[in-house]
Amino acid sequence: MSKMNMLQAINNALDTAMAENEKVLCFGEDVGVFGGVFRATSNLQQKYGKARCFNTPLVEQGIIGFANGLAAQGSVPVAEIQFADYIFPAFDQIVNESAKFRYRSGNLFDVGGLTIRAPYGGGIAGGLYHSQSPEAYFAHTPGLKIVVPRNPHQAKGLLLGAIHDPNPTLFFEPKRMYRASVGEVPDEDYRLPLGEAEVIKEGSDITLLGWGAQMEVIEKAVEMAEKEGISCEVIDLRTILPWDVETVANSVFKTGRLVVTHEAPLTGGFAGEIAATIQDRCFLYLESPIARVTGIDTPFPLVLEKEHLPNHLKVYEAIRASVDF
Amino acid sequence: MTTTKSKVVYSPVFTDGAEFRIPTFKLLKQDGSLYKSAKAPDLDKEKALRIYRAMVTTRILDERMLAAQRQGRLSFYMQCTGEEAAVIGSTAALDDSDMIMAQYREQGALAYRGFSIDEFMNQLFGNELDYGKGRQMPVHYGSKKLHYMTISSPLATQIPQATGYAYGQKMAGEGHCTITYFGEGAASEGDFHAALNMAAVHRVPVIFLCRNNGYAISTPAAEQFAADGVAPRAYGYKMDVIRVDGNDILAMYQATQEARKLAVEHNRPVLIEAMSYRLAAHSSSDDPSGYRSKDEEAVWREKDPILRMRLWLESLKWWSEDDEKQLQENMRREVLETMKRAQKRPPPALDTLVTDVYDDVPPHLAEQFEKVKAHIRKYPDEYPKSAEHAKGGA
Ligand SMILES: Cc1ncc(C[n+]2csc(CCOP(=O)(O)OP(=O)(O)O)c2C)c(N)n1
Repeated sequence: MSKMNMLQAINNALDTAMAENEKVLCFGEDVGVFGGVFRATSNLQQKYGKARCFNTPLVEQGIIGFANGLAAQGSVPVAEIQFADYIFPAFDQIVNESAKFRYRSGNLFDVGGLTIRAPYGGGIAGGLYHSQSPEAYFAHTPGLKIVVPRNPHQAKGLLLGAIHDPNPTLFFEPKRMYRASVGEVPDEDYRLPLGEAEVIKEGSDITLLGWGAQMEVIEKAVEMAEKEGISCEVIDLRTILPWDVETVANSVFKTGRLVVTHEAPLTGGFAGEIAATIQDRCFLYLESPIARVTGIDTPFPLVLEKEHLPNHLKVYEAIRASVDF
Repeated sequence: MTTTKSKVVYSPVFTDGAEFRIPTFKLLKQDGSLYKSAKAPDLDKEKALRIYRAMVTTRILDERMLAAQRQGRLSFYMQCTGEEAAVIGSTAALDDSDMIMAQYREQGALAYRGFSIDEFMNQLFGNELDYGKGRQMPVHYGSKKLHYMTISSPLATQIPQATGYAYGQKMAGEGHCTITYFGEGAASEGDFHAALNMAAVHRVPVIFLCRNNGYAISTPAAEQFAADGVAPRAYGYKMDVIRVDGNDILAMYQATQEARKLAVEHNRPVLIEAMSYRLAAHSSSDDPSGYRSKDEEAVWREKDPILRMRLWLESLKWWSEDDEKQLQENMRREVLETMKRAQKRPPPALDTLVTDVYDDVPPHLAEQFEKVKAHIRKYPDEYPKSAEHAKGGA
């Protein structure tokens, strides 16, 4: 075990994967000698050489197209998109190519080795082009897996899980937590399963569901609610696609209430998908409407970022409203 | 039908284009004198001083605002130090109402067109007077009045837009063109290639100005492209191209003047590659010592474009030590005073959270906004910037 922040845990996961399998390659803008603008790939080029860890030209569609080709050849690319906001030039390569390689070829070819890492989310005074949470765009695309870790331990285990998963995987890293989240991380190789949510805390009155940076927000809100005697069950979804309906539904059978929170705007956000599915599964068990606490339907602001973001107070209010319904 | 008319050969002949070496256009030496066979462009004293003042303004603004960022007054800043001539020299060669679509390191163009220090500051501090209403990070300027499109962070997106804008200008027949600025890094994006191809095919009056400053964040140009810079790409699209010493104000001015003629009078798009160096860090969040040497920076510090122009102005007796002292003092004072004022101004009103998403606030957003306001009224201390504004309403 070592104490690490989330960036160190991600760096450690990449190091672990590259040491174990020489087919693992890391690349992207500024990823090489500099170690990436957030330093997630620090020292990897020094350790594994320029052929396995390198800078690419500044072209996201090129990075992912190249990664698709590499993965189809049998390599294990871990491509970095510098900010999730800049993943959209590669949208076609991800949505039409990565996601459909296996399907369209009748499993003759696949890009299962592909992992795409991108820092996402707000709360860093980044304004509208350094704060987006784009998971819902990709969740509409069959064929992809989407993973979001909440802390260093999860980040290492889930990233190694993603790298070894035989499907193309998007790994969105909550950049607000990069240095803020510190914890014990095993030094050895360990892989957390994709597609499984984790019940972080058991409770009986209400279920709180989120992922990534929102987990910290939920914890704060739960602290407030529990002081008032409301017993909260907390679930980290961890994988957005395919998501763990079973774990969430079982929790709601027990508590009868659900609050889902994410930073992305409300309309078309992934909370809508969860609410619809859980309503279908758990209708007769629900004591109150499923609540969504999300960003509002605007681009991400700068000065009024706090007003826009779903914070612990907004989640706490949703818990109260749900319990008092 | 193909439009390729090529010569036929009967044994395989490969070519990598290395025979096309693009020359670099220079006029002014570092000591302020002209190269032997060079002739200064037609640039009168008034315009020359307007250019010079913009260069100095930009330099002082950059120094002060980086310091302000270091003192924690400002969240973020980007300098254009070392590239003043490339940007201001080109802007000055245009008509003041030609369109500018910039990347983010072109504050010099705005300074030249007359964007006031107040206007810079209001954007940097995102206060109630910021034209962008405090929505974007610092240095994302825009001015309708000065024909300067508001900056967008996703790189290279402005380049094909410039092609489209200029096509509209051609259709309108008003004799205007568009210039778009971008770095050699951004020139790798698909948008760049799309923009050049469409401009060449449709004969669009657009000037593509690549600031080749050697680095895209930490990535050196040698890892950005294998070719001889960005300029040779124009050949592939059959477009006019010129490479210019980007630290030479006279060469930048003249090259752009001629490019504008080609664009506006002959509907020939032009690519200009300005060879320069990003003397500063990429941004206030970047530390270049991790990827390049102080020695390398020192070499380029010797090629300061502002000093080079100043020496030229002095050789013509258009500028003196006294003029310089006065300009420096006045500008420093103005920047400091304006900064203090801008910092004190209140943030944009709460309703800017939901305006301008559409032409009007649609019902679903109005409803969400009412909830936000009710929440702020409940926790006014948590939202000090907007609690006052949240008082109105249901
Ligand atoms: C599409 C996109 N990808 C990545 C980024 C992040 N980014 C911001 S600036 C930059 C480097 C740009 O370099 P260059 O175009 O050479 O301009 P310079 O900074 O050197 O002036 C990068 C990678 C971005 N803003 N947009």
